[in-house]
This record gives sequence, C-alpha cells and structure tokens, in this order.
Amino acid sequence: MAVKKSEAALDPLFNNNPIALQVLGICSALAVTTKMETSVVMCAAVIAVLTLSNLTISLLRHQIPNSIRIIVQLTVIASLVIVTDQILKAYVFEISKQLSVFVGLIITNCIIMGRAEAFAMQNPPSLAILDGIGNGIGYSAILMVTAFLRELFGSGKLYGYSVLPTVSEGGWYLPNGLMLLSPAAFFIIGGLIWALRVYKPAQVEMDG
Amino acid sequence: MANRQATGYTLLFATAICIVCGILVSSFAVSLEDLQDENIALDKQKRVLEAVGLLQPGEPIDEAQVAERFAPIEPVLIDLASGEAVDGDTATFDQQRRARDPATSTEAPDNLAKVKRIPDQSLLYEVRGDGGELEMVVLPIEGLGLWGTLYGFLALDADTTTVRGITYYQHKETPGLGGEVDNPRWKDRWPGRKAFDDDGEVRLAVIKGFAGSAEEDPYEVDGLAGATITSNGVTNMLDFWLGENGFEPYLNRIRAEAN
Repeated sequence: MAVKKSEAALDPLFNNNPIALQVLGICSALAVTTKMETSVVMCAAVIAVLTLSNLTISLLRHQIPNSIRIIVQLTVIASLVIVTDQILKAYVFEISKQLSVFVGLIITNCIIMGRAEAFAMQNPPSLAILDGIGNGIGYSAILMVTAFLRELFGSGKLYGYSVLPTVSEGGWYLPNGLMLLSPAAFFIIGGLIWALRVYKPAQVEMDG
Repeated sequence: MANRQATGYTLLFATAICIVCGILVSSFAVSLEDLQDENIALDKQKRVLEAVGLLQPGEPIDEAQVAERFAPIEPVLIDLASGEAVDGDTATFDQQRRARDPATSTEAPDNLAKVKRIPDQSLLYEVRGDGGELEMVVLPIEGLGLWGTLYGFLALDADTTTVRGITYYQHKETPGLGGEVDNPRWKDRWPGRKAFDDDGEVRLAVIKGFAGSAEEDPYEVDGLAGATITSNGVTNMLDFWLGENGFEPYLNRIRAEAN
C-alpha cells in the first residue's frame, strides 16, 4: 500500500475527516464542546495520544501477535491516556477539573483505536505519526468549530471572554440554553457534515 | 523471529506489554502525585478564600498570594457530635475518606441531601480579626445535585446566622445549568441572607424564580434557571449540614461562647 506522506497528514482534514466522514469520536465531541477552553485542551490531548499510539503501534506492528492485537492496541492507548490525564491534573488543574471524565474517555474514542487498527498496523512509523497528527487535527477542527458556535450562542462568550453581553450579566443577549446541552452538538456536527458533503459531493453515501 | 502465532510467543508478548505499560503509568502517577495533591489543596484554599470574600472568582492568584491571604484563616478540626475542637493534622485531613471508613464514621439517617455516612470529625475554618475575635466560620458542605455530589463551603458570620458567602469546589452539574452554582453573579446573591430564623430553625432555601434583596427576603435565594434539582440539592445540603447531624453542636458552642 503506497500512501504519500502529504496524503497521510492532509487527507483527514477534509477528504477523510474522522468525525465528518467516518463519524467516529462523536461522544467526546458532544461532551467537551460547551466551551472553547476545554475543547482546546481536549484536542491537544487527543492529538498527543493519537500520534503516540500510532507511533507505538506502528513500531510494534511486526511483533504484535495477530490473535491479541486489539487488546494490545487498547493497552497502549489506555496507558497513554492515563499518563495524559495525570499530566493535565498536575499542570493545568483547573481545566482538567472541567474535562473531568472525558480525558479518561479518550480511551474509548473510536478514532484512536480506528487509526491504530486501520493505519498504524500496516504502515511505517513516519507515516503513522503523520496520520496521527492529521486525524487529530481533523478531529480538532470539527471540535473547535462546534465549541465556537456553542460557546458563542450558549453563553455569549468566546474563550471565556464576553462577546455578546448576556441578560444575566446586565446585557441584551438571551443565551440559547439548548446550545449548552449535548443535542446542540448533534445539530452542529450534522450541519457541518451536510456542508462538507455539499462542498465535496463524493462523500455522499449512495443507497443500494 | 519466533512464530508470531505461537501461544508461547503470544503470552510472552502480552506479559512484556503489560509490564512496560504498567511501569510507564505508575512512574508518571507517582512522580506527578505531589504536584497534583498541591493543586487540589491550593484549589480548596482558593475556594475558601472566595467563600469569605478575600478572593474574587476568576482572579488570577499565585501560591504565595493564597498563603498570604490565608493568614487570618485558621483550620480547625472538630468533633461533629460535640462540636468541640480536637487535635489532629489539619494538613492531611481528608473528610471524604473519613466518611467512607466505618471506623471513623456513622451511617446517616435518611436525608434529602443524600449524605450516606457522617464522619466523626470535620475540618472547618475560623476567620479571626486582628484582635483574635471570631469574624467568620467556613463550613464544608456536601450533598447530591443532579449528576453527583456537590462539595463546597459555606461562610457564616460570627453571629452564626448571616451568610457571608458560598462556593463549590467539586461537582458534576451540567455546565450552564446546574453548573451555574459557580456563577459569581449567583454567588453574589448569598451574602447577607439568614441561615436560621428567630426560632433557630434552618430556613434558608433556594427558591424557584427570583428572591428580593437580602433585607426583603432574608431566607430565600434565587433559583438556578433550568436546574431545579441542583437548586433543591443546595437547599437540602444546607438543611442537613446546619442541622443536628451537621454543625449544629459546633454552632451552638460558638453562640454560647459569644454570650
């Protein structure tokens, strides 16, 4: 399988976005996108874990026994996630408090497992790293757009700073409470998928 | 290379992976533990400062400043049942752990705050003025909200009735709804309200809708819109912790000492 380096890193952004096309990793996209600040940290954590797990799995790909490959991948991913969680708790405590369980849930984020199984098992480390970074950024792009919209319309803020002064702060903007609930992320991500498929009709899934 | 499908190789590989990952995870956990504990302790201190009004929410503050502002605040370990101060290491005291251990806690009677076990001791804070006179007490409170237990602090004036502030340092409520317990504007509604009525009954409650000023509605606080269960949880935990199973004996002692 010949995959070009530029393709490994750039494809996941639009052509093969993990959330928008593969529809993976939705769970965390719903949970942490009420604020941009938490989303940024979540994205950084996912990019780090995804890159390192792809690298590790790729390095071990000729050694991993086929019969236990999934559980080996999971062990590597889980270890990396716990380490990430510990680092966040030690260095950015306030944010890790807000992310609470969702950092731990990166373990079950299908993107990471999916890339390990679908890509890192077949490709050399250099490509696997690029694929990890690319998919991580593809995931992050969707998360940041979602968080931007939810924070702006849900609490009238961007990155914690008031943009639309809300009524409760003495301003004029009545925040849309729905934006702070998980369904809002569904609507936004659905909208993004729709927009992307209008732009790239090749991604539309045909019936039959 | 050994046959990748052989059982022996598989077992060996699995063992090796477990050992390597285990060492990696535990070495990070151990080496970062001190830093994390410091963060947790510092965060709690910040919340205490917020409760007594010595720190504005969201105000950037470093460790040295926290220590400086904490100077008039004295941690006091008390026996909950008698309300008397007891000796003990306040730095390592962990009320949640103590409440879990049957040797240091008792089962709580059925209560709306859904507190399951009451620890025998509690760590609270006494704020003293320049002359050493008691100005405020900061009581730890906890109780069930919508998604989990909220942990926080309630600051009462030395008269043991007037609320000076409230903060939460740990909760799982929905951001924007129940999570608004962290909203400074809501917390600003608390100071000046009265926790007890003239008969000594706990009367302060979070109501639905808006309450007037502290003078007009001394026993009511604005409800959190869209978060009735969290609001009720706050009411219930005040009721429990200011009551006979909570800090009533201690508050009675403070009242007696003041007279």
